[in-house]
Amino acid sequence: MSDNHHNNYLTYPKGIMSWLLTLDHKRIGLMYLFGGMFFFFLAGVIALGMRLALATPEADFITNDQYNSMYTLHGAIMIFLFIIPAIPGALGNILLPLMLGARDVAFPRLNLFSFYLYSLGAVFVIYTILAGGVDTGWTFYTPYSTSSTTNVIPMTLGIFIIGFSSILTGLNFIATIHKMRIKGLTWYKLPLFVWALYGTSLVQITATPVIAITMVLLILERLLGIGIFDPALGGDPVLFQHFFWFYSHPAVYIMILPAFGIISEIIPVHSRKKIWGYKFIAYSTLSIAFIGFLVWGHHMFTSGQSVFSQIVFSFITYFVGIPTGIKIFSWMLTMYKGQVSFTPPMLYALSFLFLFTIGGLTGIFLGAVALDIHLHDTYFVVAHFHYVMQGGTIIAFLGGLHHWWPKSFGAMYNQTIANICAIGVFVSFNGTFFPQFLLGLRGMPRRYATYAQEYADIHSYSTFWSGILGLSIFIAVVNLLWSLRKNNKLDPGTNPWGALTMEWTHTTSPPHPHNFEEEPVLTHGPYDYDKVLVKPTLKRK
Amino acid sequence: MDRLTEYLFPKQVSTFAQDIDNLFYFIFYTSLALLAIVTFGMIYLAIKYRFKKNDEVRLTSSTDHNSILESSFVIIPLILVSITFVWGIKSYLNMVTVPNDAIEIKVTGQSWFWTFDYPEGGSTLNELVVPSGVPIKIVLSSKDVLHSFYIPVMRAKMDVLPNRYNVMWFDARHEGIYPIFCTEYCGTGHSQMNAQVVVMNPKQYNVWLAEAGSEDDDLPLDELGAKLYSKKACITCHTLDGSPLVGPSYLQTSQMWGQERVFDDGSSATIDDNYIRNSILEPQSQIVAGYQGVMPTYQGLLNDRELDALIAFLKTLKEDSEI
Repeated sequence: MSDNHHNNYLTYPKGIMSWLLTLDHKRIGLMYLFGGMFFFFLAGVIALGMRLALATPEADFITNDQYNSMYTLHGAIMIFLFIIPAIPGALGNILLPLMLGARDVAFPRLNLFSFYLYSLGAVFVIYTILAGGVDTGWTFYTPYSTSSTTNVIPMTLGIFIIGFSSILTGLNFIATIHKMRIKGLTWYKLPLFVWALYGTSLVQITATPVIAITMVLLILERLLGIGIFDPALGGDPVLFQHFFWFYSHPAVYIMILPAFGIISEIIPVHSRKKIWGYKFIAYSTLSIAFIGFLVWGHHMFTSGQSVFSQIVFSFITYFVGIPTGIKIFSWMLTMYKGQVSFTPPMLYALSFLFLFTIGGLTGIFLGAVALDIHLHDTYFVVAHFHYVMQGGTIIAFLGGLHHWWPKSFGAMYNQTIANICAIGVFVSFNGTFFPQFLLGLRGMPRRYATYAQEYADIHSYSTFWSGILGLSIFIAVVNLLWSLRKNNKLDPGTNPWGALTMEWTHTTSPPHPHNFEEEPVLTHGPYDYDKVLVKPTLKRK
Repeated sequence: MDRLTEYLFPKQVSTFAQDIDNLFYFIFYTSLALLAIVTFGMIYLAIKYRFKKNDEVRLTSSTDHNSILESSFVIIPLILVSITFVWGIKSYLNMVTVPNDAIEIKVTGQSWFWTFDYPEGGSTLNELVVPSGVPIKIVLSSKDVLHSFYIPVMRAKMDVLPNRYNVMWFDARHEGIYPIFCTEYCGTGHSQMNAQVVVMNPKQYNVWLAEAGSEDDDLPLDELGAKLYSKKACITCHTLDGSPLVGPSYLQTSQMWGQERVFDDGSSATIDDNYIRNSILEPQSQIVAGYQGVMPTYQGLLNDRELDALIAFLKTLKEDSEI
């Protein structure tokens, strides 16, 4: 035991093969993290290129086809290679067993296999880029996607494969949460991040098979002309939209629920306060996961579906708003009578509360059918989606990354720089995307390589801020990576935020290769800031 | 119309535009109130309970619920979204109930232009002409992929499908010329698939119907061709400055007059009047090497004089460029 004492999962065992063949959930989580960050960078650079082209009404330095390929790649890479796998694959993998007091996930080999499926899917996506891109939009609507001469098949095949990675991760997490909790760790004593991963996993295993089938049908349609979506052969292109959104709406919750989980962890820790409305938050996670399956038709309000369907889908859509509202108020009230510290994770969590509230509320505009008719497929939708996905998920991800960085790497970044970047991200995000609501109200359609002169001022304003946004995120990430330099290690016993969840109180930073040196014993609940006092410590080695 | 509406929205031209904008304002002000509660609540709590430099780390309160507060989180939003839902549906039903006396205009979308067919006969390209104060029923279909027909000033939009007719309607209150956009992504020319709606008073409209096309009879051929070049949407894919777009530039074709042009199947032909006529009427039969065969046929969309006019216009480009 004593020679193992100074080992942690980063340094032991050694060698490249010990990483490539690792069954350790923490190492697999790190590989997802670096894979995800690479694609985040790639898709971010593409986005900045698009914004630059949109600074003026004409497509100055790119052709229409190049623009169409860029917006497709930006969306598809962000969604399928970064947002969906990043939080469960990276933070979920690293933290879930630690939070449960387990040695690993239920099926470690399956976990590694999921990562390689993700990598294989990523190879197809990179091939798509090198072969000249794909121009259908990440939505792949037929019949355009069956007639486009670009690389639709490698892209959809990549998404098909990544889908299995997502399903297997979900399966693994569900089994882990059911079976690997230590003695006494009942459902209501679980950290809310675990509840969030549980809700996410349920959606992953039930919804993802539908996108897999849809992608196969699209590939068969292109290769063999089976005629399921082609009107010339008696098929129906709108059927594709039903299939696609039956997955892709729940997928929005695959993307946002883990972010909710992160916020539920950050706010109590950095407010040193028991979380407000634990059960409300836990059950609202499950109800959002369920209701998310019943609202796909609100993506199709202009497709010509029956009036009855329009009314039903609009009605159910509003019911997603209620549990989401409960969460926002609960997070806000958690600070009541606490000790709030303005650390980098907390600044990200507070900006999440503001940005996600705007994202959620603008969804109400789009849920009202009569108003959606005007706003559908305009920049209003682009802005709404980015407020939810970037203002919500990515901001929460950055917050979570700063929160668990010292846990994962045993190193602390420069907190002042991190705070400045967090504020920079917040301001420039609003500068970039808020004006796009106005563009949409004024009727600017989305997916336009060129546009009318009247929209030019707002577009160039948005482009200006997008540059600052890119720079802020870039510096924030460099600041994190810079902390990994030599001679910057923290004392393994350090608990910089004074957090009470088990990954902080029961193991070292970075954790032992087998998570806990001894069988952990449950001593307190995850949010017992009214009963247990752990002082924040930041000792360097 | 107040100044805020003028700033936020395109002009309210259709009869239901104002109702929809009012629905927007209802949700907007409600959302603003909720956002204010979250924002100020958050700032207030964060500052009031902030951890100060000289504070001691201590155990904090165990308060974590309040039944009255929590039920208000459910009940108040429920009331607000119920109003929004009912209003949204009521206005929507108004938007889908087409009046019986509506004039029916057939709209056909194809990559990348719009054709409008009027009940009295006659058709226009990329220009929809309607009388004001009369309900207009629009019947939509596509010849190829999905498109979506969007008139911002009317607050009206509907997808255009290849296998099914979709319907929308509006009643324009103000005369003027307003933009039409395609809002369902349809490939290379998607952002150029624009048209305009011209709202005239009913008298002018009747005059326009009677005269449609005839005012062009007196124009010299090359001037008529120049007019048709933009009116018939050639401009979407063919430039006049020599740069290639979706198709070859007219200038290049004009400069190569009398020379051989090579096609993608390896064959070639001399550029002359017959070649141009064939390229317009049967574009798929000879595809210029290096381009995709995406141009639709103009069979039935141009009469013989108009074809002559386009050819005459194309020939003039070479001379103009040499001056």
